[in-house]
Amino acid sequence: MLRGAAASLHAALASVDKDAGNLRRALRKSRRREQWRAAALVLPLFVFLAACFVVPIGAMLSHGVIDPDIVRILPTVTDALKSWDGHELPPESAYAALITDIRAAREAGTLASAATRLNYDVPGFRTLLFGTGRQLPAELSGSSRETLIAIDPKWGDRETWAALRRAGGPLTDFYVLGALDLRRDADGSITGAPREQRVFRDVLGRTLWISAMVTVICLVLGYPVAYVIAAQPPARAGVLLFLVLLPFWTSLLVRTVAWVVLLQKEGVLNSLFLSLGIIDEPLKMIFNRFAVYVAMVHVLLPFMVLPVYSVMRSIPASYVRAASSLGARPFTAFWRVYLPQTLPGIGAGCLIVFIQALGYYITPALVGGADDQMISYFIAFYAGRTVNWGMAAALSIMLLTATLLLYAVYNRLIGVERMRLG
Amino acid sequence: MRTGTETTGERLTQIGLIALTGAVLIFLVTPILIIVPLSFSSGSFFYYPLPGLSLRWYEDFFSSSFWLQSLENSLIVGISATVLATTLGTLAALGIWRARFPAQALVLALLISPMVVPVIIVAVGVYFAFAPLGLNNGYLGLILAHTTLGAPFVVITVLATLSNFDRTLIRAAESLGAARITTFRRVTLPLILPGVASGAVFAFAASFDEVVVALLMAGPGQRTLPRQMFAGINDNISLTIAAAATMLIAISLVLMIAVGWLRRRSARMVQVGG
Repeated sequence: MLRGAAASLHAALASVDKDAGNLRRALRKSRRREQWRAAALVLPLFVFLAACFVVPIGAMLSHGVIDPDIVRILPTVTDALKSWDGHELPPESAYAALITDIRAAREAGTLASAATRLNYDVPGFRTLLFGTGRQLPAELSGSSRETLIAIDPKWGDRETWAALRRAGGPLTDFYVLGALDLRRDADGSITGAPREQRVFRDVLGRTLWISAMVTVICLVLGYPVAYVIAAQPPARAGVLLFLVLLPFWTSLLVRTVAWVVLLQKEGVLNSLFLSLGIIDEPLKMIFNRFAVYVAMVHVLLPFMVLPVYSVMRSIPASYVRAASSLGARPFTAFWRVYLPQTLPGIGAGCLIVFIQALGYYITPALVGGADDQMISYFIAFYAGRTVNWGMAAALSIMLLTATLLLYAVYNRLIGVERMRLG
Repeated sequence: MRTGTETTGERLTQIGLIALTGAVLIFLVTPILIIVPLSFSSGSFFYYPLPGLSLRWYEDFFSSSFWLQSLENSLIVGISATVLATTLGTLAALGIWRARFPAQALVLALLISPMVVPVIIVAVGVYFAFAPLGLNNGYLGLILAHTTLGAPFVVITVLATLSNFDRTLIRAAESLGAARITTFRRVTLPLILPGVASGAVFAFAASFDEVVVALLMAGPGQRTLPRQMFAGINDNISLTIAAAATMLIAISLVLMIAVGWLRRRSARMVQVGG
């Protein structure tokens, strides 16, 4: 009897064990299925962004590090220069290869693309290439080297050949170095570009400087505003927030237009000051750095106020009161107790303002002068007006790297899903 | 004595803070307040005091084929991009919320990244990639590009709504025998609808306000409203721009109120639901 009970208990326990195992397996399976379902829901947007966002940008950026033109248009000379040591003039075979290539390219009508690419590196290369193409005799009387040097003595210059070899691809650091005002000399070592050709370090420095200044101004103006709003009763805080949000919701272009209207020479402010007799002649308030700061701060200030405000609202007033009751002066209580608690908001606000400021294009283009244009302007310039994809891509690589690094910091510190909107 | 000076100091700080806040708020609102009355000016210059009031710049806007065409283009592109972005973004947010899957954080960061990647890089990249496909100088290219820019807004707002969503509601519906699709249609969707709608409003605003991609990609036939204004500022600035700007401000006000209303409604519905 007792033995029978024990046996059935054993059997029952075994079946519970088995059930538990089955259950665990079933649970794991259903969880796996749930994961697949979840991933399948994300897939459409993921694929869409891959096709219309990641791949296009990647393809564009790749043009900053590849150099496909010369190897395609002048293939034999590119090949011949591979074994050249660069210390003295290349061998006769390279000269002969160049003549073959130039003739073929002239026939195919592709010489212009090669000339454009080489002209980026050595100004005057276009003239050299076209001149040589025109003057090549049908029958060579001497060696290829003598013929070419007789047409243009630049073919006797090591630097000319080094430029040709540098452009031979398939990969290049020419554009990325160029975006830092650096270049490779005839021996292949990196040197600074000639002083009169240095532009990009200024542009990069200016972009960082303007973004930093805008961030600081936004913090200095936005922090007290957030503080005052957070201290108001809910109804009044709602009205004040509405005022902060109103420009946030207004078209960027509308606001930029408004600043043009306000600041220009015959604009609203100048006519007001003139009629009040404060000034005798119109102030120059637009197409300079001042206008860029004013317009950018105006656009970005809400991005500072909102995260700081939402952090401040969650801080209980009792902390500062406790500090005061323990004898802290108001400034000490603020500095040692209140301010540290708002640091997450300050961090979020500063990061998001700085990240956005780095990529600004329209606002500086419309209200800034020639010396106030930021890196985005030059990307648009090289992509649109001069169609120098390599340079546009190299500058984009700089801008995107900086942006994504800061984005990663933001993601780590705050989390992208907590980005505040409106 | 000491407390006396402190309260004076405190009061001065208070006054200073409030004065600064007032000045900053005026700074934020002034440009908008300046441009609205100018659009009703009867003169032709950006000048105060106004010589008189008239609707001539609005007449100019609505009788100009350039401006009307650009408004139409903006609506076509904006609405199409909004529909696409809202559909894709809502599905993705539901997926992210539903279960953790490998590399989810990375995927989410990618889905949000169009918000932070400088728009000039997006514009140049898309221009470059769409040219061989013949998508430039047409609506489709612009719509696709604007969809990428709008989708992150939908993902964020829908995720925010879902974070307040009570999962037991779904289990309750399923335990009562509802099919998955029924549960979604009758329980999940109605509850997250305000979040979806406010995401759609953000996506529309993002497209309606976008000028850089339009600057590169739109041919003369697809000039959007911001693109037309940009041309207007660069060429000869006329008060028609002020009229266009005023109408854009009115539209943003409507959108802003819509989002505020949806947000309150969403909070209420989640409360009722939970």
